[in-house]
Amino acid sequence: MILQKDIERLSAGSNETFVLNLGPQHPATHGVLRVKLTMDGEFITRAEPVPGYIHRMHEKMGENRTWAQFLPNTSRIDYLSAMAYTHAYVAAVERAAKIEVPARAEYIRVITSELNRVSSHLVWFGAFLLDLGGFTPLLYAFDDREKILDLLEGLTGSRLTYCYYRFGGVCNDIDAGFVEGARAFVTYMRPRLLMYRELVTDNVILRKRLIGIGFIDRDMCRRYGASGAVLRGAGVNYDVRRAEPYSVYPQFNFDIPVFPEGDCMARYLVRMEEIAQSLRIIEQALDGLPEGPFLAKGVPRMMKPPAGDYCFAVEAARGRFVVRVVSEGKDIPYRLRLRTPSFSNLSLFEEASRGMMLPDALALMGSLDLVIPDIDR
Amino acid sequence: MNGPLINVWRGFRSLVSGMRITLQQFFKPNVTVQYPHESIKMPERFRGHIIFVRDPDSGKSLCIACKSCAKACPSECIVVDGVKREGEKKKSVTEFKLDFTKCSLCGSCVEVCPADALRFSKEYNLASPTKGEYVEIDLVRRLEADKP
Repeated sequence: MILQKDIERLSAGSNETFVLNLGPQHPATHGVLRVKLTMDGEFITRAEPVPGYIHRMHEKMGENRTWAQFLPNTSRIDYLSAMAYTHAYVAAVERAAKIEVPARAEYIRVITSELNRVSSHLVWFGAFLLDLGGFTPLLYAFDDREKILDLLEGLTGSRLTYCYYRFGGVCNDIDAGFVEGARAFVTYMRPRLLMYRELVTDNVILRKRLIGIGFIDRDMCRRYGASGAVLRGAGVNYDVRRAEPYSVYPQFNFDIPVFPEGDCMARYLVRMEEIAQSLRIIEQALDGLPEGPFLAKGVPRMMKPPAGDYCFAVEAARGRFVVRVVSEGKDIPYRLRLRTPSFSNLSLFEEASRGMMLPDALALMGSLDLVIPDIDR
Repeated sequence: MNGPLINVWRGFRSLVSGMRITLQQFFKPNVTVQYPHESIKMPERFRGHIIFVRDPDSGKSLCIACKSCAKACPSECIVVDGVKREGEKKKSVTEFKLDFTKCSLCGSCVEVCPADALRFSKEYNLASPTKGEYVEIDLVRRLEADKP
């Protein structure tokens, strides 16, 4: 643990700093994020994130194609939780066009979104521990994730960029095989979580690297608009699924894990607990899966939502994702705004990392769970 | 109590539990597929690049060259053309080219097709030393050559 007096002693001793480029091709930044670090020895005096290396103009692309043609884009903003992102977009358009979604479709959406959340958290888990220097857990995590990807591939035909939801429902119905597979996964995953706990969470080295490192308090979260596990790891009980209930989430019993410590360990524990809660939701949704159509009738092939300004927020794996669509009543949107959680979560890095040692700052960055295309979009 | 001995004991305990889990893994089945020698069968709904569905009666394509797919495509990677032959009710396709370098495999074309003339290929070993091979995938020619 770094003491304040150490920092003062070291920074008082010399006024010499140097600039260290972290990224854009650095394994610890998980993509093309560049952080310009001004270092005083091992300590960071200033960290300046430089996003923009994978900017693809998703918002602008939305303005020159039809409503349905934007659907494939939604999976490519945050490729790890594609389902939730598509959900936000289709739900925003459904709100605009006043389309009633059948109950079965909403259940399927919840099941697939939660499976996707588990797979996203497993990637984060593996990659985060890889940042900290532990290679083995990544292999276990990817083994488990593979089971989810196989399930979703059998359902949607794709492993990552699903593009599965449609305006008014989903494009394929789930069959008995999928339900059975999802149930088997839930029963398989529970003992695995206990194993992770024993192997990783209780490990002395991990605890020493995470406890008391990278404090983010609730004030800082408010100032930067952080959401997701970062916010819940700072002791704020905020989850869009509870705060602004959407889809059929109010019908399920689940807890929002909140840890007040605000350090890397708290964020780690929030996500691990979220996996367990997602499994609970999947189980309940599979039990209560109603019969009926999976796609609403009478949805026009060429959408022309009435003029207006519509918003929809979902809880994606990384936090609050909001889609705002402005319609002029035409076949293409007038404006499509995407509020992505990773961007806000990254912006607090500069303040939170000040005075930290470089390896600790990497632990902090890993615990934010950044997806770079989500920052740049 | 937080003496050095306790720390050593805790470290030793987490080392042993980690090693135990690793050792258990030795007796679990192998999950790796030895790829070039064996490969995984693609699921029924796998989205590869599109190909024509053959009409079981005539052996020709079901495509009616209505160009719905070209309009639905978000990446504008489909070019379709067709003619109306004498004595036939519907148009028949003469040209159907897919620019696979632009395609994002979203499946909008398959979904929108009124004649159900398109389906996904199960081919996934798509690599080529030349770019030209995928800039134009000629679906009509592929159907004639009976490629999968």
